[in-house]
Amino acid sequence: MSGATLITERSWGEGDQEFRASLGMWVFLATEILFFGGLFLAYAELRSQNVEAFDEAGKHANFFFGTLNTILLITSSFMMTIALVCSDKGDRSLLRAMLLVTLALGVGFLLCKGLEYRSDLQEHLGPGRNFPVRLPAAQAFFAMYWAMTGLHAVHLTVGLGVVGRVWLIARRPVWPENFHRTLHVSALYWHLIDVIWMMLYSIFYLVGRAT
Amino acid sequence: MNQLFLFPPAASLEAKGVDQLYFVMLGLSFAILALVFGLIVVFAWRYRAGSGARRSKLPGFYAHEMEIGWTLATLLVFLGIYGWSVEARQVHWAPPHGALNVRVVAKQWMWKFEHPSGAREIDALHLPLGVPVRLDMTSQDVIHSFYVPAFREKQDVLPDRIVTLWFTPSRLGQYAIRCAEYCGTNHSLMGGEVYVVTPAEYARWADRNADRSLPAAGARSFAALGCAGCHEARADLAPRLADLYGSKVALEGNRSVLADDAYLERSILDPRADIVKGYLPIMPSYRGVATPEEVSALVAYLKTMKSGRTP
Amino acid sequence: MTDATFDAVPERSSSAPSYLEDGHTVASWLFTTDHKRIAILYAAGITFFFFIGGAAATLMRLELVTPYANFLSPDEYNRLFTLHGVIMVWFFLIPSIPAVMGNFLLPLMIGARDVAFPRLNLVSWYVYIFGGIVTLYSLVAGGVDTGWTFYTPFSTMFSNSHVLAAAAGIFIAGFSTIATGVNFITTVHTERTEGMTWFRLPLFVWAMYATSIVMVLATPVLAASLLMIVCERLFHLPIFNPDTGGDPLLFQHLFWFYSHPAVYIMILPAMGVVSEIIACFARRQIFGYRFMVYAMIAIAGIGFFVWGHHMFVAGSSNYANLVFSLLSFIVAVPSAIKVFNWTASLYRGRITFEAPMLYALGFVGLFTVGGLTGLFLAMIPIDVHVTDTYFVIAHFHYIMVGGSVSAFFGGLHYWWPKVTGRLYHEGFARFAAILMFFGFNFTFFPQFIMGYAGMPRRYEVYPPVFQIYHVMSSAGASVLAVAYLMPLFYLGWSLLHGERSPPNPWRATGLEWQTSSPPPKQNFLVPPRVAHGPYRYHAEQDPSDLAEIDSGR
Repeated sequence: MSGATLITERSWGEGDQEFRASLGMWVFLATEILFFGGLFLAYAELRSQNVEAFDEAGKHANFFFGTLNTILLITSSFMMTIALVCSDKGDRSLLRAMLLVTLALGVGFLLCKGLEYRSDLQEHLGPGRNFPVRLPAAQAFFAMYWAMTGLHAVHLTVGLGVVGRVWLIARRPVWPENFHRTLHVSALYWHLIDVIWMMLYSIFYLVGRAT
Repeated sequence: MNQLFLFPPAASLEAKGVDQLYFVMLGLSFAILALVFGLIVVFAWRYRAGSGARRSKLPGFYAHEMEIGWTLATLLVFLGIYGWSVEARQVHWAPPHGALNVRVVAKQWMWKFEHPSGAREIDALHLPLGVPVRLDMTSQDVIHSFYVPAFREKQDVLPDRIVTLWFTPSRLGQYAIRCAEYCGTNHSLMGGEVYVVTPAEYARWADRNADRSLPAAGARSFAALGCAGCHEARADLAPRLADLYGSKVALEGNRSVLADDAYLERSILDPRADIVKGYLPIMPSYRGVATPEEVSALVAYLKTMKSGRTP
Repeated sequence: MTDATFDAVPERSSSAPSYLEDGHTVASWLFTTDHKRIAILYAAGITFFFFIGGAAATLMRLELVTPYANFLSPDEYNRLFTLHGVIMVWFFLIPSIPAVMGNFLLPLMIGARDVAFPRLNLVSWYVYIFGGIVTLYSLVAGGVDTGWTFYTPFSTMFSNSHVLAAAAGIFIAGFSTIATGVNFITTVHTERTEGMTWFRLPLFVWAMYATSIVMVLATPVLAASLLMIVCERLFHLPIFNPDTGGDPLLFQHLFWFYSHPAVYIMILPAMGVVSEIIACFARRQIFGYRFMVYAMIAIAGIGFFVWGHHMFVAGSSNYANLVFSLLSFIVAVPSAIKVFNWTASLYRGRITFEAPMLYALGFVGLFTVGGLTGLFLAMIPIDVHVTDTYFVIAHFHYIMVGGSVSAFFGGLHYWWPKVTGRLYHEGFARFAAILMFFGFNFTFFPQFIMGYAGMPRRYEVYPPVFQIYHVMSSAGASVLAVAYLMPLFYLGWSLLHGERSPPNPWRATGLEWQTSSPPPKQNFLVPPRVAHGPYRYHAEQDPSDLAEIDSGR
């Protein structure tokens, strides 16, 4: 039996808003993990049946862009964390700057991704004919590559919207009462996008390079 | 009114075990249903509002102990049934030795069968009584499911993969084959008949319909030498052979070659001479493994292989 | 209003208008964030989809009266059963009890002002409607012929129907389910009123909580598998195409990883509803309250690990099949416990048989039949024979229609006075409940017999030997259709002309009854405090029992 706090008529229905918002976000993140989880499982299953082809195909993934994007995203998460600290300390101008850097890094990621997709298509790594890898099953690797990085890019775009909204709010002269909560919850989402990218990086860009 | 009591004939050795399990489960289910319904009716009557039944506090044992008791009892009964069902499934652990091997190809919306003698039939399957049968099945398009209710057997048939099903027919007669996995427009019309006949009759039938042509002999060699293990089951290891004859084949080293008789023969006897683009040189040579007659039969068979794949 | 007893209920005061009187414009409904009004919006949505899905079922049952194709072409028939499955599963059953009754009651039952995220709640309704419209578009544009299971490679490489639109519609509706799940979980964690501890929660709240966990963790996997279908169909990414390293069975694994737990999304809320009703009309505490809670959590948890029993003949390994078979038996244990506990809750009760109770008792019976036949299907040898036959059809209709839909109607009648402030005609309601029970059994019991005799599902043309059973089934279905249409009329009449209900017509415990009927917009005029466990019905009978009940046993 958990101890119940005393509720006055005024506070009833208000609750602990900070806890409420972050719990809601954490539950939503669980959903996201299961969403990508289904795709990771598909990747694992297909790879287990076609190890050789997947290793071969992995060598065709664009290592340069993949690594660059990883650096961009990790840095953006770091900037986001600094923004959180700024919010605690009340440093408004640095907070706005950090959010802006986060946004810029995110946009940079999408640009790199676009360039990478272009070079992939030039190498005929997309669906269709003239696929350059000799083993047909390598196409399954690139099917997962397009599906998962594409889905991640959609998430990142949504994340840009979420962080952009926080930035717009942060520019107001007076912050709303719930600003810290909004920032905290948005940062959680941004970090998840980052974490998922780390996994994508290892399964698409690192696999097969050692051999 | 025999139609009212609808029960499928049991025409395979496996069917009897399934029916036994089924009837025991039916008995158990009716017992549990009678218990639950009985208790509901008795309680509903005895404790209806306005009845004079005693309604005081429950005796102490009624709560926790009883709950744990029926939880454990249920669990034990379930585990018992599970164990029995596993035991009943043992016959399906590995295919029997010396089984009659029939190749099955499913496509929208027909079943094609090919017997060891080369005898072929569509939507009809002759089988000898009392002889274990092993079906090697594959699909040319979507997933189908080979289902003979009288045998209590069913197996999904997948494209580009060979799945096996085995059973022993135990009763003479004619039984329905159905497709049990939804496969498109005419799914409900995809079926046929199994004819279980005496072994002697089967031998006569198989002989009368045997295909003594060269391609048929080649098809038998194709199966006996295990070619299908790679060329049909593993698209990643070996190229497909359907529609190969007469086509232009891209080879490693930016060469290409016309797939004629000589190329086919060379590929069997000296496979490393021409490696198809995109594949590893892993096929062993069949020189000395297959007799010259077999090789020419194989070539004849390869020339007839056409993909029946609907676009 | 501090004690959860059923005597001291305030009459509605004129100073606090009910949620129904708080605004009469269309906008006041369409832009409301009041969980009660959103529940009504959902009710309108699912009623619409229920009758669309029902119409498809009616056409199929008519067609199946004779063994030949009569007035439907094979393609039309295939589109109809796909439509029936898609609409009934995703647009009726899954949102039915959670989104309608859960939305309305969850905050009331835990003494909250609203759900945790009221705006998200409204958004989720719009998302649901949007998903429904996209799915209906696929129907109007020519239909989908893959079955609701969308098996590859048929759905990705062979079907010429509107698979993309249907998949998109279901994908969109999935966001609505997830939003509802997130909302409910957060609500139960953060909005409980003072004194409402976890083991004082009504079982309906526990059921919604367990359901929400399943919604949140299973639905995204469905989204992933639908996304892969779209990738393969639209962009030709070969994920399921075996020619290029893909695997058609992969889809089945992902699909059933969602769709088996989805069965628990449909049945757990029904279990919650039935627990409330049985306790109220037996005037008795629910037997083994804590075991009931643990059982629901166990069902939600183990339910994630039994999906392979849908694939015993799909070509999986023998070892995987054995494990899935064992787990399927184990997940049946908590369900069995619940049936025993409901039955035991009647013991030494003071039972009355109003319509909700008839539905609840019907639920227990039909759910037991559905559960027992589930054991048949958990056994590999029997499943090999009857899977993809009418045996399976009958089994899951016993769970989903006999179970969930019965409970839905039970809950609808039980909480009708609470929602509308009106009473319904008890005689008609009891008649409909009994008609539904018999109509249902008449429809689906023959299908068990057909199934074991080897009648495959999704057959428009079938061997004439099965005709007598199909005729029985269709006759039962027409009885069932009448029973489903009846409430539309007498409840509609009640809505306009029904007698005004007192706040607590059933003299039920539970916080939702401790406020006026219909409740005011803010739910409670004074913040409720809870000092006792739920189901204090013994107070009428033996006050000496109260100590035991309040200990939360």
